[in-house]
Amino acid sequence: MSESIARRRVISYRSISSLWKHIFLLFGVLLVLLPLYFTVITAFKTQENYSLDKFGFPKPFYAGNIETALRGGRYFLWFKNSVILAGGSVLLSTIVSALGAFAFARMRFSFRHPLLSIVTALMIIPPVVMLVPLFLLLTRLHMTSTFWGAILVYAGLVTPFSVYLLTNFFKTIPFEIVESALLDGASSLDILVKILLPLSGPALVTMIVVNMLWVWNDLLVALVLLPQDDLRPLMVGVTVFGSRYNRDVPVAMMGMLMASIPMLVLYLFGQRYFIQGLVAGALKG
Amino acid sequence: MLRTHKLIPWLYLTPMLFLLIFAFGYPLVSIFNFSMRRIRGATGPFIGFENYRQVFKDTVFREAVSHNLILLLAVPIMIVISILVAVVLYERVKGWRVYRFILFIPYILAVPVVGVVFSNILQLNGILNETLRVIGLGRLGLDWIGNPDITLWSVMGVIIWREVGFGIVLFLARLLSINEELIDAGKVDGANWWQRLWFVILPELRSVLEFYTVVSVITMLAWVFSYIYTITRGGPGNATQIMELYVYNFAFRNQLPGIASAVAVLLFLVTIALIIPVFRLRASTEMEEMA
Repeated sequence: MSESIARRRVISYRSISSLWKHIFLLFGVLLVLLPLYFTVITAFKTQENYSLDKFGFPKPFYAGNIETALRGGRYFLWFKNSVILAGGSVLLSTIVSALGAFAFARMRFSFRHPLLSIVTALMIIPPVVMLVPLFLLLTRLHMTSTFWGAILVYAGLVTPFSVYLLTNFFKTIPFEIVESALLDGASSLDILVKILLPLSGPALVTMIVVNMLWVWNDLLVALVLLPQDDLRPLMVGVTVFGSRYNRDVPVAMMGMLMASIPMLVLYLFGQRYFIQGLVAGALKG
Repeated sequence: MLRTHKLIPWLYLTPMLFLLIFAFGYPLVSIFNFSMRRIRGATGPFIGFENYRQVFKDTVFREAVSHNLILLLAVPIMIVISILVAVVLYERVKGWRVYRFILFIPYILAVPVVGVVFSNILQLNGILNETLRVIGLGRLGLDWIGNPDITLWSVMGVIIWREVGFGIVLFLARLLSINEELIDAGKVDGANWWQRLWFVILPELRSVLEFYTVVSVITMLAWVFSYIYTITRGGPGNATQIMELYVYNFAFRNQLPGIASAVAVLLFLVTIALIIPVFRLRASTEMEEMA
């Protein structure tokens, strides 16, 4: 039904002003795409080509920057490290949050509301506030420069959002479904694992996408907790790479292009989850 | 609600609580403790408010604060842009989904990547100035990230470039969830586009707008480290020094975690002060919904 309303709307709105709307939007699109255009064309230029002509297409089309970038930066290693960190922390946070959210959404206990409010509020506290004690604590536990330490920190930092999202979603699942399972003698853990979680597919995907993006894109925590060359995740690697090649712009741009492709591909195919997920913390439910 | 033994809920909550106490609880308590000590290694002697006094005396810190405050100017700019774009998209111009897809791309890109890309584009003999020259506007060319007077503004431009897509998508999502008849009614009443925006649409956006404002303010005060670190490292000189970088430098370069903790405490208190009104608002709308 909303589709038909949408169609009617398009017709009723087709007026002179729609031209202005397109001009306005196209201007925005231009502003968004120009830096990306420059990144891509520059990445395929030779140094000489770049210094002579920064605006035009690459002449000749030069793919050698890929090789230089792979030699100058340990892209595969950084990538692997980022996958371990993002995968590990998202997995840990998902398990822990599902258990917690189940209690918030389906059980009665004292301090339920204030506790949920506090957990939700933690979402907005900038990580820089926690950084110093976390570093000193992990140092004492001999866990700096280990993936375990960083995974624990990342999992903790994304958990408020996960709990918030899952609690809201669990609340929307009709209680009758849970009730009938209870009559069949299901335990509370059964209800979470066999009923609520399988019905929460969209919320889980949304949550995983957002948390992955958070960990994947972080620079500050990784810079502090994983200073060792071998353990660097992609974002720290990219930062080091960028300053190493700040005189060789085409190679630097190629490095940035290579670092962005995985997320851009995911976005292309899973746009819905990115958009839903990233606004989920701001819009209720 | 499930009927369970009184302790069962806490069993489910324990792993979450453990993780949150590790990542938030312990650090948030410790910064207060650390900020009152002269720390070497893991701890040090109690010195009262000496660290705070040091911080407030430091002109670099004052500069950092003023730069964060200047960055706050990005908030109204982002609000205006994202509401205008969201409303135009909401009116289902042809291809609105494609527009939304493209305008959201910058927000998907990682900040360090965006930072490195723009630091190349904005160099004195970089792509932006070259482009300006090609289209005959060479006189507008500036040393975007080399001239201390304008570098902070350049960084703000980059921040807006990446972050505004989130605002657009957020306001659009809210608009798509409100009753269309309400807005159509405004049309029948003969209100023009701007009147409809002001009297019909904006009031509907109010709660999201407040949330977005608070989150953006917190972002500008304490969540822009990656931009600064990758574009300028706080330079030239201290021209783009910000509080986060100050914390980072004092904790991990100068080995003075006490000073860093004092600044962390200040950032924490500011954040709390900003979050409380949002929660009040949310609680009150929840009450209304229940009534």
